[in-house]
Amino acid sequence: MVEQTAQIVSNERDTDLYFRVVVRAAQIAPLVQPGQFVHVRILPLRHALLRRPFSVLQVAEGTLSLLYKIVGQGTEVLSRMRPGEELSLIGPLGHGFTVPHPGGEVPLLVAGGYGMAALFLLAERSPQRGIVFVGGRRRADILCEKEFRALGWEVCVTTEDGSHGERGIVTEALLAELKRRAPGRKLFACGPTPMLKAVGRLAAEHNLPAELSLDQHMGCGIGVCLTCVAPIKTAGGWEYQRTCTEGPVFDFRQIAWEEAE
Amino acid sequence: MNLSVRIGGLTLQNPVTVASGTFGYGVEYSQLVDLNQLGAVVVKGIRLEPVRGNPTPRTVEVTSGLINAIGLQGPGVEGCIRSYWPFLKELKVPAIINIWGVTVAEYTEVARRLDALGGVGALELNVSCPNIKEGGAQFGTDPRLLSQVVAACRKVTRLPLITKLSPNVVSIVPYAQAAEAAGSDALSIMNSYPAMAIDVETRRPVLANVTGGLTGPCIKPIALKLVWEAAKAVKIPIIGMGGIQSATDAIEFIMAGATAVAVGTANFYEPQTPLQVIAGLRQFMLQEGIEDVRHLIGSAQIGK
Repeated sequence: MVEQTAQIVSNERDTDLYFRVVVRAAQIAPLVQPGQFVHVRILPLRHALLRRPFSVLQVAEGTLSLLYKIVGQGTEVLSRMRPGEELSLIGPLGHGFTVPHPGGEVPLLVAGGYGMAALFLLAERSPQRGIVFVGGRRRADILCEKEFRALGWEVCVTTEDGSHGERGIVTEALLAELKRRAPGRKLFACGPTPMLKAVGRLAAEHNLPAELSLDQHMGCGIGVCLTCVAPIKTAGGWEYQRTCTEGPVFDFRQIAWEEAE
Repeated sequence: MNLSVRIGGLTLQNPVTVASGTFGYGVEYSQLVDLNQLGAVVVKGIRLEPVRGNPTPRTVEVTSGLINAIGLQGPGVEGCIRSYWPFLKELKVPAIINIWGVTVAEYTEVARRLDALGGVGALELNVSCPNIKEGGAQFGTDPRLLSQVVAACRKVTRLPLITKLSPNVVSIVPYAQAAEAAGSDALSIMNSYPAMAIDVETRRPVLANVTGGLTGPCIKPIALKLVWEAAKAVKIPIIGMGGIQSATDAIEFIMAGATAVAVGTANFYEPQTPLQVIAGLRQFMLQEGIEDVRHLIGSAQIGK
């Protein structure tokens, strides 16, 4: 975990409301593991105090890139920042995905919207190619398709309006694939909570391992404020654990969804 | 130049500490901040048994502030000792442990166990958490109960006792005086201010707990005024806190009458804040030709 000032190299629109920012962060970049995040202080945001967490999309020679969607004032201000301006970063943070072993289970990645950002590095570092299932409402929500294809991964796209790929939701496409063949596969997912729950159900039904990256509101990002907790099973019941520290990636069997209602 | 100050029997190398609940148990920040540069490390509030805490959402960001309703999640006193004391006892600066309970007996039992550890710097009595229905705040909004809990803790430990007061009272003076009379060595002023936020899309309160405690730069003027009033009413030292994010903020508290200060919510967004405050305080004293930080304490009070 390092705190450093990071200069923006580029900050460009990807599709629609999605942007990619590349920053120079020589201390943090080499430490990043798949599924980890950085906590970003957007310095022009004077009256919104907290840092914003972003999954690290890619790492390259002292830089790292983040994929984000404009969802509030933080990301809106970030989208207007220019190359040369600075951000403050703390990272890498959190417990990420388990990188597949050579000859181990075949990875099936499941992404909803900007959940994709948490999964690309996993695919890049996996010695085994697999299939990535990408879902969104419409064409503009489908991110990183080209990058995954360039890695030699099969990409299965679903959109709810049918504007790109198959019409439907991503977990339906996943189910169809699992019906063809389930044994020897492992699921990795990041996206909205209903999608994660559905992936967890499919993993349980097909008796497959699954790692889910939870997306929770976050405060400090380093384990002290206890904002981002999720209910996690323990030997004697369940307790609130920190998405920023024990997570964001959890084994689906650990998550006590019923307690989060 | 002298930056050291005394809180009861405890000497702090400088007057800059951190606010309970914003610094975990210290260890979480140890990779980012040299803890041994601080005046003291103040850990999150603990009670006798583990506490699960409130449902989510637990915090909401508001203009220049943060509202929280964590519900004092924690491992309980034995869990705290087992998991964190091995780290805390190796620090070169005092570890101040914040404690709370639902009954007077619970406060004293926690105080007794921490006293028995040997080496705790001080106990901060949390009588002012707004997010706990029973205990906590009830002691902080009734001077008679406040006296009882402070006096009972005073009987079981010689550790310096710091009573953390609630801002949610008509006047802080009787509470400050009650704590002093019951044997408190110092006061922490202030805890968070009760507040809430509503999501206009769902037409529901944002926080699962409905209300929470407001912290951050937006409460600084309120905290400053409470420190000012209490400083005139008691002789024991005050640790001033509430929205401090710069050395100037800290100096205002000291000039109002605080002997020490604590950085709180700023730790969440800029972990270097306490060290920046120390550096800025040193710089200010150099510029102003002040050789001892104690000369600044209460210097804005009329007649000083």
